[in-house]
Amino acid sequence: MKNTATLELRGISKAYANGKQVLSDLSYTLAAGEYVAIMGESGVGKSTLLNLIAGLDTPDTGEIWVDGVALSAKDDEAATSLRRRHFGFVFQAFHVLPHLTLLQNVALPLLLNDLPLDRAQQMLVAVGLQGREQDFPRHLSGGELQRVAIARALVHRPRLILADEPTGNLDPDTAQEILQLMRSEIKANGAAGIIVTHSQAAAATADRILLLSKTGLQPLISHQHV
Amino acid sequence: MNHSLLSRWLLLGEWQAHRLQIVVALIAIALGIAMGFSIHLINTTAVNEFSAAVKSLSGQSDFQVRATQPTFDEMLYPVLAQHESVAVASPMLEIQAAIPAKLEDDRNNTLKILGIDVYRAITITPDLVGVPAEGRAFDMLSDDAIFLSPAAMEWLEVEQGDKLSLRLGTQTVTLRVAGGLVRAHAGQRIAVMDIGAAQWRFDHVGLLSRIDLKLKQGVNHPAFKAALEEELPAQYLVTETVDQERRIHNMSRAYRINLNVLALVALFTGTFLVLSTQVLSTLRRRPHFALLRVLGLTRNQILLQILREGSLIGIVGSLLGLGLGYAFAATALHVYGGDLGGGFFPEIKPAIQLRPLAALLFFVLGVSVTMLGSLMPAWEAAQAHPASALKSGSEETALAKLRTPWPALICLLLAAILTQLPPVVELPLFGYFAVALLLIGGIAWMPSLTALFFSGLFRIFNRLTAGALTTLVLARLANAPQQAAIALGGVLVSFSLMVAMAIMVASFRISVEDWLTHILPADIYVRTVVRQDALGFTPQEQQAIAATAGIERIDFIRSLQITLDSARPTVTLIARPIDQADPGHTLPMTDNALSPTEIPLDAIPIWVSEAMVDLYDYQVGKRVALPLSEAQQDYIVAGVWRDYGRQFGAIQMQLSDYQKLTGEWHVNETALWLQAGVAPEEIIAALKALPFGESLTFWQPNAIRAISLKIFDRSFAVTYLLELIAVGVGLLGVAASFSAQALRRVKEFGMLRHIGVTRGQIYRMLALEGGLLAGFGIIIGFLLGGSISLILIFIVNPQSFHWTMELHPPWQWLLIMALTMLMAAAVTALLAGRRAVSGNVIRAVKEDW
Repeated sequence: MKNTATLELRGISKAYANGKQVLSDLSYTLAAGEYVAIMGESGVGKSTLLNLIAGLDTPDTGEIWVDGVALSAKDDEAATSLRRRHFGFVFQAFHVLPHLTLLQNVALPLLLNDLPLDRAQQMLVAVGLQGREQDFPRHLSGGELQRVAIARALVHRPRLILADEPTGNLDPDTAQEILQLMRSEIKANGAAGIIVTHSQAAAATADRILLLSKTGLQPLISHQHV
Repeated sequence: MNHSLLSRWLLLGEWQAHRLQIVVALIAIALGIAMGFSIHLINTTAVNEFSAAVKSLSGQSDFQVRATQPTFDEMLYPVLAQHESVAVASPMLEIQAAIPAKLEDDRNNTLKILGIDVYRAITITPDLVGVPAEGRAFDMLSDDAIFLSPAAMEWLEVEQGDKLSLRLGTQTVTLRVAGGLVRAHAGQRIAVMDIGAAQWRFDHVGLLSRIDLKLKQGVNHPAFKAALEEELPAQYLVTETVDQERRIHNMSRAYRINLNVLALVALFTGTFLVLSTQVLSTLRRRPHFALLRVLGLTRNQILLQILREGSLIGIVGSLLGLGLGYAFAATALHVYGGDLGGGFFPEIKPAIQLRPLAALLFFVLGVSVTMLGSLMPAWEAAQAHPASALKSGSEETALAKLRTPWPALICLLLAAILTQLPPVVELPLFGYFAVALLLIGGIAWMPSLTALFFSGLFRIFNRLTAGALTTLVLARLANAPQQAAIALGGVLVSFSLMVAMAIMVASFRISVEDWLTHILPADIYVRTVVRQDALGFTPQEQQAIAATAGIERIDFIRSLQITLDSARPTVTLIARPIDQADPGHTLPMTDNALSPTEIPLDAIPIWVSEAMVDLYDYQVGKRVALPLSEAQQDYIVAGVWRDYGRQFGAIQMQLSDYQKLTGEWHVNETALWLQAGVAPEEIIAALKALPFGESLTFWQPNAIRAISLKIFDRSFAVTYLLELIAVGVGLLGVAASFSAQALRRVKEFGMLRHIGVTRGQIYRMLALEGGLLAGFGIIIGFLLGGSISLILIFIVNPQSFHWTMELHPPWQWLLIMALTMLMAAAVTALLAGRRAVSGNVIRAVKEDW
């Protein structure tokens, strides 16, 4: 693992199309291998922040650096390429392609990055879905679908995992199981991670919890007891 | 990146999950291409076969000299044969004779007989020289010998040595089949005999139809042609084989182009269907594409993926269409012949020829239109913002651009302007463009119209506190108008085309019926078998007919073909008694006519069909020249009449004027009015008892009307078929759109089931939604189809075929069609929704897309 910053936010500001300012002069540095949770009220801009980090949206002002490269200097093609190689995503609504098998869903990032497909099988085993490779998503429960999403997010060994309310659709027991799985897989793969959540329990699985408010990102608690 | 594997996964996954939509899109494209390709194959096969047949009759001649009338004096032959630039001159007499053995087939009972000078023909038209039996070389000059092409022998079921009876006018001539024409063009039915024998046996002594010329080496052809045209009197035409081909080509051009346009309409409907299938499919998968964008697929890769899907549908659909088109063309050529019942290519029975270049062009066309149909949704999906597209319910945003009415209004305005423009090279190209723009404009206007209509309806029903289901249905239609409009597109396109064709065909048919009633006022029509028989009835035979007891009035009619322009098909000249004080008594006049007092005494009045005004600029009051006599004579256009029988023009004049001018006393048709109380059967029996009675054919107006309308219906058979296909494709489109929409609403239906809505209520909701949408589509389709029918009736028909007609909308039929379409759409919506409603309710609300 490199000992440099994986992500650096420098004075980020963003307003919605309707003019409402959501992020103002926000700065933060995420170290390599660090796993943080971001909490905050609804509408404060948590998902917007994730979209900006992923290069899916552009800040009005400020710069985002990923692995020492400024995102703002990249066009859509280059940002997409960066996202493809270095990022993994886990969503609240799973977002698993319904017409692909579980194995195919997990293998998508490998295909996109032109990597050997064997690891898709390994990742399915790692998330406890061995023997289900040829099943379609319609045969899975919500918890199982999120396991697939985690496997897909990590399969190509990205530098940074972005998870947006990954347990919002799950019951508490399943949620806890998924969160532990996600953390262990992130750590096992040497990635950094940002989890956006409303849930204290979810946030508690991260190394550090940050609170996003109008004043910026503030550390809520230094978490050492996980 | 392993594109091909990813692409294959995405394609197969999607296609396996939505087989119906893919099959519908494939059928739509396949049918469109099949129609276009088959009509192209039929047209080119027929035209090429006919050209080849014309070439085989013309042989290696450099020029052909003909007259403006069917025959001319043979004294021209020695003049041309001795011309200093001419190497060989070969005279020919062409006769169309009836086959008594084939009389029961009214449209296929004559044989073309060519009288040739074998010693001349062997140099210029060797294909026409018969092969006599061994040891009977002089049969080629024998006055009872005739040589038949293989196709003619097969058709007549005769062999060498058999007797063959032929009839011209009231005479029957029996000849001996002396041999075959082994080099005649395949499928061509012709007969050849010695020219002297033909002149004598068929009472054409001293007459020729044409003289083929082969020029000496080194003679400048254009200069020779110009000089000869200068030398010969005006009634002679110097033509080349290419002129003949051009004439045939021009003759069938409007008919062929109209068929092609109809085929393109089927393809257009197919393209629209692919567009709506792709739009709905892309909309449904908008979050999927957004996810792929998040995972690292670039905009271009998304665009290419969707275009790849479209192109695959295009490739498979087009290949299917080519196979289907070939099979359809082969069947149609076999059953209907090369003109699909249009009557332009007699005497040939073409065999289908596969044309690789045309197949390639249609293939490219099919793939291109499918890709064009995919381009818009692909572009939208690629440009969509991934973060917002990942959320469900963003579809209406994606379609928001469709809500602006301006592009639609511009299309409609342009269509209105194009209707005012004249034809291009005698084709209603602007009329066709106007129809296309009307359709495109109509479809493009649907989103804003749908929003306007259903929002209004929603407001009214809300005030009336409608039931929950009605409110749900109207709320959806009012708030998701773009998606509703896409589903509506299929109904709109197919119904408007159906309405347009129904109004046009009904108007045409009723106009033809009225016209037939007007032009057939007599009780019985008598003629010989061959229409416009070269001989017909002699004056003595006319007297014998007139002397038959029980006839109150008799009109003799002489009709023949004359050439006014060698590049155009011949014009029919009809000489008959015409009530000059009121020509409307005899002819179906338009309002365009001179009053009797306006006709000058020094000019002979003629009444021309509408085609003559368009093609030859024979305006009312204009003085014109006709090639009827050598003496200079002025004719004046005294009026214009409507003629649905001869699209290349017809001229009527007084029989007495014709006889005075030409000294020709034969007629080829008589119209008989019977005395009160006399039955037509009595007169027919009496006429059959005349010495020439067996050569007569009798027609009563009702029978002519019935046959004419049968021919009309037959020539529109292809139109009906294409219309039916367009409607079928349209309904398939409705099924595909509704089914695609219903599948996208699984979550909504699951939620409704959770809050207590029963399955039956959801079905009723779907049927109501389908019915309301279809009802609105039908109203707009009716207006659109009505407008298109006006263009077809008042612009395309007059510019293509040079005849006008009156508007006769078939209200009853239109109502039946509207109700059928409404029911079909409601049932389709219901059936399409069943799958979406029948799934697991709990899972439905958990669907993450």
